[in-house]
Amino acid sequence: MNLHEYQARDILRRHGIPVPPGEVAATPAEAKAIAERFGGKVVIKAQVHAGGRGKAGGVKLAKTATEAEAHARAILGMTIKGLTVHQVLVAPAADIASESYVGIIVDRASQRPVLMVSAAGGIDIEEVAAKTPQKIHRLGVDPRYGLLPHQALGLGFALYKDVAQARAAADIMQKLYTAVYAVGASLAEVNPLVTTPDGTVQALDAKIVVDDNELDRRPDIAALRDPTADAPAEVLAREAGLTFIKLEGTVGCCVNGAGLAMATMDLVKYYGGEPANFLDIGGSSNPQKVVAALRIITGDPNVKAILFNIFGGITRGDDVANGIVQATQQFPLKVPMVIRLTGTNEREGIEILKKAGYSAVSDMDEAVKRAVELT
Amino acid sequence: MSIFIDQSTRLVVQGITGRDGSFHAKQMISYGTKVVAGVTPGKGGQLFEGVVPVFNTVAEAVREAQANTAVIYVPAAVAASAIFEAADAGLGLIICITEGIPVLDMTRVLPFVNERGARLVGPNCPGLISPGKSKVGIIPGNICKPGKIGVVSRSGTLTYEIIHQLSTQGYGQSTCVGIGGDPLIGTNFIHCLSAFQNDPETDAIVMIGEIGGTDEQQAAEFVRQGVKKPVIGFIAGQTAPPGRRMGHAGAIISGSSGTAAEKMAALERAAISVMKRPADVVPLLKERL
Repeated sequence: MNLHEYQARDILRRHGIPVPPGEVAATPAEAKAIAERFGGKVVIKAQVHAGGRGKAGGVKLAKTATEAEAHARAILGMTIKGLTVHQVLVAPAADIASESYVGIIVDRASQRPVLMVSAAGGIDIEEVAAKTPQKIHRLGVDPRYGLLPHQALGLGFALYKDVAQARAAADIMQKLYTAVYAVGASLAEVNPLVTTPDGTVQALDAKIVVDDNELDRRPDIAALRDPTADAPAEVLAREAGLTFIKLEGTVGCCVNGAGLAMATMDLVKYYGGEPANFLDIGGSSNPQKVVAALRIITGDPNVKAILFNIFGGITRGDDVANGIVQATQQFPLKVPMVIRLTGTNEREGIEILKKAGYSAVSDMDEAVKRAVELT
Repeated sequence: MSIFIDQSTRLVVQGITGRDGSFHAKQMISYGTKVVAGVTPGKGGQLFEGVVPVFNTVAEAVREAQANTAVIYVPAAVAASAIFEAADAGLGLIICITEGIPVLDMTRVLPFVNERGARLVGPNCPGLISPGKSKVGIIPGNICKPGKIGVVSRSGTLTYEIIHQLSTQGYGQSTCVGIGGDPLIGTNFIHCLSAFQNDPETDAIVMIGEIGGTDEQQAAEFVRQGVKKPVIGFIAGQTAPPGRRMGHAGAIISGSSGTAAEKMAALERAAISVMKRPADVVPLLKERL
């Protein structure tokens, strides 16, 4: 689950990391009021779960409160990478002497949390990493002992020559590491970590991604979810226990298992079609999940054919078939459907479909080919 | 032969009285797996299905029933703890089927398991099966056939699809291992490739990867250096969209290496025959055997 910048800044602040002030506004009037309270120049920043906000015009500097209101009006409602902006962060414009990068991610290869820092922070950090990897300092942390003080200080000196600043950065890194385990983050970034002209080290912008598997045991973090920040079909899918990603093609796919779902999309492409979505109904086989899946797929006007690819293991063919039949009784499908059903309770499933006037095939290639021909 | 599990596997099922655990314990017993014990705290002393003794702790199951392998079906909230317990009880092989374990929990589980010399398969995996000998996990036994192809996969149902292709066209399997799709897992491609290379009854290996991470590239390098048997590979997610990324750290740590195209190229460089679709597996095997 992605957190907004303002939510991430709150978490950092709660963990004792110095974060400059800033407040969130949902209307231009609110933005103006906040700007008046701060006085002077402010920055208006779109709160949206996408990178590249600045380049998309979602970050603007305002000299007056009236200008802040105008910028907020332009940014609120704007679309960045398909997502609508519903909130802006209003913060006093900071005088910045230097920009660094501090990030923590769980690294698959070393199976540890890895701290990455660079004195070349800011919006082009990925380019820095690609072109001058020596400018990125990495440290794998042993989770049994945590980030040790000398390790953090070593990285602090990689950012700043001044000992007071290096110590301040090290302190921020240790608090960030603590925050990662406290909120169940799979990623936490401060970018940029800035120094102001008077030498203070501060976290100007923060990003935190929380591991979805942590949410059950952290209701306070789960409550930070902003349902308006995701595409509506994806919210519907999540509530039904499905994994759904909308794509631009015409073959609506409904599959059990993420790997098979991806392989199905690949096969659609192989036979000359384009998948309309990734949709994994998961391991269990509740007919209601199938109904929800069909509701989402048929809600996409681009879909010209629906393709089911079910290889029953835990998922049972009769449950899937019952779900399909129930869905067709609740709403019209409008487009043709091709069903591939094999594995656990295959015969029972095919029997149920047959009674409802549908047929099923047992071969994946045959089903995909047929679905592509229908589009 | 086979890898990791065979007739000598003596299995303890953690969570044997739960919904998933009891269902799959019965499936494994009927397949012929030696299920020697179950564990559910508070239900020690009961008999599962009238035959399998249930204990309160894994340590008791090891002591009283000589279990040497554990399979875990407990809910996600207590699954990390179940892995700790199995490793602490001295079991050499632990298979965790449970999905949804927080990745930060795994950062603590893995060093603990490794220090005790245990092998963890998973979490969030379908387990493994050595057809005709033993099945530990949830891979449907009826789609497998005994034979000489080793299968290792990050996926669940996609693995079934490939096994189905193999079995229906006359290629049985020595062992099929589902290593799981989570970011942090105990047993990776290289561990399985190495075991298959050393297994005299495995003639060829099928590895099924997917987008994300760099495990497939490392596996390809391992194949290039030390696997003499034919390897057939598949990467799922060739058409997957890059997605809306927020942070930079993922890109910094792995560069562009997570894409299907990059992974398929790495496999080809290691002389692995790359399938474009699951149905290519048997034709490619025929070319290489």
